[in-house]
Amino acid sequence: MTQCDVLVVGAGPAGIAAATAAAISGRRVLLLDENPAPGGQIWRVGQPMPKGQAEGQTAKNQAIARLCACGASCLFGYSVYDAPSAGELRAICESGEAAAGPVPGDPHIVGLRYEKLILATGARERFLPFPGWTLPGVFGPGGLQALVKGGFNVAGQRIVVAGSGPLLLAVAAHLRGYGANVVCVAEQAPLAKMLPFAASLWSHPARILQGIQYRAALGTAPFHLGCWPVAALADEVSGKLTGVRLTNGKRTWTQHCDLLACGFHLVPNIELASLLGCAIQDGFVKVDHQQRTSLAHVYCAGEPTGIGGLGAALVQGEIAGLASAGKPTDSLQGRRLAERKFALKLEAAFRIRPELRSLARPDTLVCRCEDIPYAALEKRSGWIDAKLQTRCGMGPCQGRICGAATETLFGWKQTSVRPPLMPVPVSALVYPGLQPVSLKEHL
Amino acid sequence: MASGATAAGMGHLVVMDDSPAQLALTQYSRSIWRELMAQLPASVEYQACGTIWVAADEEEMVEVYAKSRICASAGVQAEVLSPAQLANAEPRLRDGLAGGLLVPDDGVVYPPAAAGFFLQQAVQAGAEFLQGSDAVFASQGLVRLANGTTLTADRILLSPGADCSLLPGLPIRRRKGHLLITDRYPGFLRHQLVELGYLKSAHSTEADSVAFNVQPRRTGQMLIGSSRQFDNNDAATDEKIVRQMLQRALAYMPGLGQLSGLRLWTGFRAATPDKLPLIGPAGRLTGEVADPSLWLAAGFEGLGITNAPGAARLMADQLLGRISMIDPEPFLPNRFVAQETVYV
Amino acid sequence: MSDGTVMVFLNGASVVVSAGSTVAAAMWNAGQPCRISVTGEVRTALCGMGICFECRALIDGRAHRRSCQVVVRDGMVVETQR
Ligand SMILES: Cc1cc2nc3c(=O)[nH]c(=O)nc-3n(C[C@H](O)[C@H](O)[C@H](O)COP(=O)(O)OP(=O)(O)OC[C@H]3O[C@@H](n4cnc5c(N)ncnc54)[C@H](O)[C@@H]3O)c2cc1C
Ligand SMILES: Cc1cc2nc3c(=O)[nH]c(=O)nc-3n(C[C@H](O)[C@H](O)[C@H](O)COP(=O)(O)OP(=O)(O)OC[C@H]3O[C@@H](n4cnc5c(N)ncnc54)[C@H](O)[C@@H]3O)c2cc1C
Ligand code: FES
Repeated sequence: MTQCDVLVVGAGPAGIAAATAAAISGRRVLLLDENPAPGGQIWRVGQPMPKGQAEGQTAKNQAIARLCACGASCLFGYSVYDAPSAGELRAICESGEAAAGPVPGDPHIVGLRYEKLILATGARERFLPFPGWTLPGVFGPGGLQALVKGGFNVAGQRIVVAGSGPLLLAVAAHLRGYGANVVCVAEQAPLAKMLPFAASLWSHPARILQGIQYRAALGTAPFHLGCWPVAALADEVSGKLTGVRLTNGKRTWTQHCDLLACGFHLVPNIELASLLGCAIQDGFVKVDHQQRTSLAHVYCAGEPTGIGGLGAALVQGEIAGLASAGKPTDSLQGRRLAERKFALKLEAAFRIRPELRSLARPDTLVCRCEDIPYAALEKRSGWIDAKLQTRCGMGPCQGRICGAATETLFGWKQTSVRPPLMPVPVSALVYPGLQPVSLKEHL
Repeated sequence: MASGATAAGMGHLVVMDDSPAQLALTQYSRSIWRELMAQLPASVEYQACGTIWVAADEEEMVEVYAKSRICASAGVQAEVLSPAQLANAEPRLRDGLAGGLLVPDDGVVYPPAAAGFFLQQAVQAGAEFLQGSDAVFASQGLVRLANGTTLTADRILLSPGADCSLLPGLPIRRRKGHLLITDRYPGFLRHQLVELGYLKSAHSTEADSVAFNVQPRRTGQMLIGSSRQFDNNDAATDEKIVRQMLQRALAYMPGLGQLSGLRLWTGFRAATPDKLPLIGPAGRLTGEVADPSLWLAAGFEGLGITNAPGAARLMADQLLGRISMIDPEPFLPNRFVAQETVYV
Repeated sequence: MSDGTVMVFLNGASVVVSAGSTVAAAMWNAGQPCRISVTGEVRTALCGMGICFECRALIDGRAHRRSCQVVVRDGMVVETQR
């Protein structure tokens, strides 16, 4: 069992800021993430970008340098999958060096004891079903970005980036950096909603786009506002993606492409907080001005408390780190408030339009793990009923994808998070906490 | 619908022989399931996979032979397996087991869909289904719902699973169980496997217990059980008992350890002191004065899916004054009233 | 291999991929599906971050591994999850 004063789960900007602040305040800190390196979604490491400098490198490098100097221990490649008792988490490493135990490839399991816990588990993309969304060649924008960092070759590929959220432009810029031909970006939010906000976004692009210039993101490609995909099209023989039908509500047209990157803003990762029993309000983890959750020893920072982007993640993380160490956070409260206002604006600007709820046809799959079509779900009375009667949400993603979709489509609320938080080998539930871990080597 | 134990249970349709009455009811019920087979929609996932009772040692083999004699005299098909036959039937079991008993006509269903099928039949026959509001009062032909609705009837059938809030006087205790479902591994197993020690576990009336009990689902998933805990009303999973349960499973079948476990959950069985359900008029079980309007179908412990069709027939027979295929006497709720009278 | 590449076996064919690639990326680049869905559809990665389980593959004999979370190793044997 590994012991620490402050355990931070998630090494994105929020977690890095939290770990650094708590360690500088003299706490014994352990920072853990399932990725092999710190950075989270926005600062994910990977294959170098051939064209130009990757975005936001300076902010990232500074944050990582401070983390390395602060004295926090780090554990990367480990996913938290269970909270067996108060003050204790279990994490598993399924691949990589640590997993090379006596039987190669066997998972490595650690038990972690903490006095204070900071949850900085970030967000994932929201996917909404439309005809063709399960075709190979259709990805989440952030998903495609991550895959490209993992060696996925997009050079010369014609890509449509569609859906919603500031992420679309960030991803478009990123894909262009890897040589992709971004043919257009389609944002579902209407012009009227976007314009005043967009103006403020572009005047402070660093807030959300980390210094990417609007034009750099797009090149000569058009940016359609109030425009959304209605179907992804494939060649009947080869099954290969050939294009996407886009609409602005008045006109519908086909845009040819090789890949479609489509996601509708973000959904917070609140599963660990729910498992622990933290109060959830309107889909987000409820926190006070010190980032404290309804549980006295548990703090939460970044996207799980409200989709607010990088700036919010950094300031909330720092507050959570200081507060967990018993240090004052007054000097940061102004920034926190400003970021909160910004987050509310974000939320309003990228609200999902009602038309997106009726894109699925009766035979369009909604649950991709179990292949459950829209027609089977339409008749159900709620999430549990749908689960029990159709198997929707019963597959390995445990409703992470279809749960967010059915919430948008039918207003269903997901219930009861159960261990394991993500699928783990059965043996991980049998012999947990027995394997020692040497911390320093993971930094 | 199907939100109680039915949403949490394993759905093993199994003949159990721990008492003559239990044997009669499970055997009768299983025969009805087999009659229904052709009508069940695919979502019910009916599989005639059979049960293998696994014997770890010679002592348990003695039980295998005893069980096989009981089956033979009741007309339940069963076949004693040698160690080699057992290994051949289920190669993933560990070496060195003593043998087993194959009961080929046992089966498996997916309980929530089975309940959905029965409900659909009831509605087609004219029943009305009200959902979304709890009954907060039921007595003397009157039922009141939490939303204020009042219903009247000549007979009120209470089948509340392990939720006894309406009738706190029922001789029912909640018995918690855990299950783990895996991802899909088609062909990993062929039969539902249960260790003979299960019988000790299921019958022990006080201590917490675990047993090796694993079921292949038609999806290719493995459902791994089982545990039994009295007086634990917390629906959260209990890591200590989960560990014991899975250790037990891995001791019989080490290969289960590598399968990807998707979800762990708990459910509550409704246990009666004599391990038989309550089927029939509530009589004086619910109060000093008998309430002729109240009827019960409750207390099914770990056999409520198996016994559902048999219990339904017994109930219908009593309501209509028909003669039943099996003796309804051992299941009449008033057996507990009579007992108390003797004590007093 | 010392030139920054490794050799992996994807559905029986040997493929050279850059070291540090994820298995999901290697499979896409080689035109191999990650998995065949419950009703027989071809699927590849979706979320790229270990959440959606669309990229499950059989990796070195272990079923249902999320290929977007696994980095290629020399000699790794990968098959489409069926
Ligand atoms: C796919 C994706 C791509 C994005 N790309 C960009 C971009 O290019 N530009 C941009 O400006 N914004 C991007 N964003 C938005 C960005 O996430 C936020 O703006 C902000 O950076 C969030 O910081 P965070 O620390 O709250 O969360 P994150 O950066 O998401 O960090 C959360 C971390 O927690 C870890 N984690 C979660 N659960 C567990 C667990 N159980 N065990 C172990 N570790 C766990 C995750 O692996 C992750 O590293 C992206 C978001 C997503 C979902
Ligand atoms: C872990 C586990 C494994 C099992 N394995 C098996 C097995 O393999 N084979 C087998 O045959 N059986 C098994 N069982 C047992 C079986 O699942 C149950 O016996 C059976 O589901 C009971 O069905 P029921 O209709 O009596 O109760 P339930 O399914 O609990 O249904 C009762 C219903 O009544 C409703 N209700 C209760 N009170 C009120 C009220 N006041 N107002 C309105 N509605 C109310 C509830 O919401 C619920 O929907 C298992 C049980 C568990 C827990
Ligand atoms: S692509 Fe979603 S889990 Fe790998």
